[in-house]
Amino acid sequence: MAEENKVKLLGFWVSPYVRRVELALKLKGIPYEYVEEDLKNKSSLLLKYNPVSKKVPVLVHNGKPLTESLVILEYIDETWKNGPPLLPQDPYKRAQIRFWASFVHQQLFETWLSVLKSDGEVQEKALKEVLEKLSALEEGIKNIFPEGIQIIEHENVGLLDIVMISVFGPYKVHEEVLGLKLIDPEKTPLLFSWLTALLEIPVVKDSLPPHEKLVGVLKFIRHNALNPTSA
Amino acid sequence: MADEVILLDFWPSMFGMRVKIALAEKGIEYEYKEENLWNKSTQLLQMNPVHQLIPVLIHNGKPVCESLVMVEYIDEVWKDKSPLLPTDPHQRAHARFWTDFVDKKVFDVSKRIWSTKIEENESTKKELIETFKILEGKLRDKPYFGGETFGFVDLALITFYSRFYSAEMFGNFSIEAEFPEINAWAKRCMQKDTVAKSIPDQKKVYEFLVQMRKQLGLD
Repeated sequence: MAEENKVKLLGFWVSPYVRRVELALKLKGIPYEYVEEDLKNKSSLLLKYNPVSKKVPVLVHNGKPLTESLVILEYIDETWKNGPPLLPQDPYKRAQIRFWASFVHQQLFETWLSVLKSDGEVQEKALKEVLEKLSALEEGIKNIFPEGIQIIEHENVGLLDIVMISVFGPYKVHEEVLGLKLIDPEKTPLLFSWLTALLEIPVVKDSLPPHEKLVGVLKFIRHNALNPTSA
Repeated sequence: MADEVILLDFWPSMFGMRVKIALAEKGIEYEYKEENLWNKSTQLLQMNPVHQLIPVLIHNGKPVCESLVMVEYIDEVWKDKSPLLPTDPHQRAHARFWTDFVDKKVFDVSKRIWSTKIEENESTKKELIETFKILEGKLRDKPYFGGETFGFVDLALITFYSRFYSAEMFGNFSIEAEFPEINAWAKRCMQKDTVAKSIPDQKKVYEFLVQMRKQLGLD
């Protein structure tokens, strides 16, 4: 690979932010080198490339680092124009995609994390919020998929699909860890059929972390959140 | 057919101000509608059912929400005049990174200052000071965050200028005194007509926040 086109991704396998960048690179057919970071022992490379937040993902292209997954996704789309586009051409459709991507990335995901990390009344309240937000998303995407979900193919997987899959692709893992239904085909049929259609695509399915491994990690995160070690 | 552009806003909102600046930069004529956030209009509830918040841009009947999404939309639709974002993908990514930083580290954090008791502001103040140090470092010797010209990051941050006085009064720190470069940058931006007319008087904003805090029982 020519030095000037070299792409490196610093990541951590559990992170949905990293997974979405990887999926974008794979969909576009961009060769890259992946570096798995140990977040308890961050490499000098990571600290050099992301001194501000010291977080993954970091995409390094032509020696120049970029951080923040949504920023990286738009950069990938604007730089590698020969692969399938991640955003539509029409400005209004682009605005809708950006709005919902930000909603899933920030609002939904953060509330979902609260469900994972809490129990009792706090968890009940957070779960109610997640289900309300999923309903809002269900309504919102009716404008994006006015004819419902048809077959989705590799070429039409876009930025919002990628963000959705990175957060909710492993929904069966979440449901197993928490013993509750998250993506209910009766309550949110459009979301259910959207995720199902996306998971039929091999490159998308392969982007999911291994089921049992993720179950283990999420249980560990939950346990630590509910039993914080005293100082 | 002429474009119909409507902006639903609330005058002290720093997010709304961003959109006003963007519309002014592009020379777009629009109808401004002031919302009463304690009595939201049917139009607002219909146009932004998810968050029910301002600002909302309604372009030929279709709503766009989230201030930075709105600014990018304005930049893409009215692309022939006064570009707000750079053209190079790397510079665009840089600009988006820093506007996201402003949202999280300035706007989200500073919200605590206006909405909590003054005694609880110490840690928020420390965070903000750290953030402004980083921003000053980023500005270095350039006239604007965008380089030689006013750009996306400048637009995203300058609306916070409306809260400088309030930050001083509630947070007990002066951005002007502690961050002279940021202060100089802000004054430079305020010399632009499009910016100056979009940002309300700092004392007026302070008085509004004083009222809000009284209503919330904070002071």
